[in-house]
Amino acid sequence: MQSISEKKLIRKVIFASSVGTLIEWYDFYIFGSLAPIIASQFFPKTNPTAALLSTLATFAAGFIVRPFGALVFGRLGDKVGRKYTFLLTLVLMGGSTFAIGLIPGYEKIGFLAPMLVLLLRLIQGLALGGEYGGAATYVAEHAPSNRRGYFTSWIQTTATLGLLLSLGIILITRKSLATDPSDSIRVFEDWGWRIPFWFSVILVGMSIYIRLKMHESPMFTKLKAEGKTSVNPIKESLMHKANLKMVLLALFGATMGQGVVWYTGQFYAQTFMENTIKIDFEQTRTILICAIVVATPLFIFFGNLSDKIGRKWIIMVGLLSAVVLYRPIYHQMISVASVTDSQVDNSKSHIDRVLKPNTGNGYSLQNTTTFTVYENGITEKKIHVDTLYSSGIEKPQLADKVSKELPTNRYWMMVALIFLQILFVTMSYGPIAAFLVELFPTKIRYTSMSLPYHLGNGVFGGLTPFIAVLLGTMYTGDLLVGLWYPIIIAGFCLLIGSLYLSNKTDNNVND
Amino acid sequence: MNSIKKFFGIIWMLLGVGTYGILVKTALTQISIKPTTDTIVQWSIFVIIFLPITIGFLIFGWLAFKGAYDHLPSSSDEIV
Repeated sequence: MQSISEKKLIRKVIFASSVGTLIEWYDFYIFGSLAPIIASQFFPKTNPTAALLSTLATFAAGFIVRPFGALVFGRLGDKVGRKYTFLLTLVLMGGSTFAIGLIPGYEKIGFLAPMLVLLLRLIQGLALGGEYGGAATYVAEHAPSNRRGYFTSWIQTTATLGLLLSLGIILITRKSLATDPSDSIRVFEDWGWRIPFWFSVILVGMSIYIRLKMHESPMFTKLKAEGKTSVNPIKESLMHKANLKMVLLALFGATMGQGVVWYTGQFYAQTFMENTIKIDFEQTRTILICAIVVATPLFIFFGNLSDKIGRKWIIMVGLLSAVVLYRPIYHQMISVASVTDSQVDNSKSHIDRVLKPNTGNGYSLQNTTTFTVYENGITEKKIHVDTLYSSGIEKPQLADKVSKELPTNRYWMMVALIFLQILFVTMSYGPIAAFLVELFPTKIRYTSMSLPYHLGNGVFGGLTPFIAVLLGTMYTGDLLVGLWYPIIIAGFCLLIGSLYLSNKTDNNVND
Repeated sequence: MNSIKKFFGIIWMLLGVGTYGILVKTALTQISIKPTTDTIVQWSIFVIIFLPITIGFLIFGWLAFKGAYDHLPSSSDEIV
């Protein structure tokens, strides 16, 4: 039984760790959520797809350096301590996020702009690589042995809540920069996108204040007092066969599958809704927000359940569900947003024209928005912009912007389909922090658990949207071709995990 | 069960070599179809980043084949 003071302490530990980690995820994801706008600001605009891919590459760069962050900060955390290491990662993350919001666009400073963005993105990736392992270790080393899954599952909610926060802040900012909604969007795309980056400074400041008040992990303090800390954590993690085999097993039997499931359910789903089935920007975000809000408590549920029945099979069932159900779910998503079998309802369809007059540039802009309403309730919005020069020459925009707005029933069907995908995320991700902590000894825990986590989640998972989009451009005949990447990776991980992992929970993490 | 684990060790090693070979071949094909900076950078990133992971997968397969996963450690004393 825990005393009241112990309960208070663990709550403070969870709060301090979770808030900081949530903010780091927020910082990391606003970049991904704003990828198309960042592409237009920092990369040459010759080809929109190339610009998007460049941004995704930068995005991927953020993920690829995460394992290096895991090694650098993991080593520091195992030598100096958990507390100061994850304070440092927070400062680095907050500073680089704020700085991205200050960089002038490509049109002003040329190639220096994308170079600076890339550099800061790499720092973000390094910082994130050091953060998660520290927070998970810190909480687990304070938690009672029979409730480790439950307490660390709060850390597991932070990645999803960080994404939720980033989507929410972006939506609010996008809507509140001018009284006219279309003006507000224009201002947002011009400079307002920087606000979510600046906002990070306030969040990080608060989190640093909270974390400074916390004490070092008791297990690490004891280890340090006894002079038993590791001299070379990286060497001990990767050069000792007994530990290396556990690092490899954690990667190939758990984290690589969990990584692709996480990024398919929450990132690829967003890209698919917006770019493939052309759902409206705001609806895409609110659908994701609704699904995340409903699904997030399940991280805690599965973390708690893992204390009772073991971690392995919960993670494996999550992977199995993803492997079996991804294609049917995405088929259904296409069908929910489809207008091919529906007639146009001419009585509700209309065209709006707005002329933005010449403001001294020598031209005016004419926005023509065609609203086509279908009998199944879907509204297709096509925006066409003409540039009207004072000389009388009209220059049409290169491509029309098409998006669909779903009616209420279809909107909630889409929420349910995204919820299902996040359910698989909560199963495979909820118990994983406790699972990783219990695999490794205290003196090299930070390094040993961070590396497989960030290789699995960062490299395998983080590259999911990028590889899926790339597969879509290589094999254009199949809209769902991008799903083969997460299905195959999760499938192999399921096989390896089922075969080699143990379902036994190691209650003693004091050694 | 242990003999299945060992047998699959061979499969993992073959799979590691085969998958990486396919990755390199696809990268070369895609670069030759469209030799732009974007294509070269993207595929080079994949080839470089998946090399150490493939080596890790080969080691994993080798360890499985040699029976290293027949018994998993039940305490940290068995690890360090």
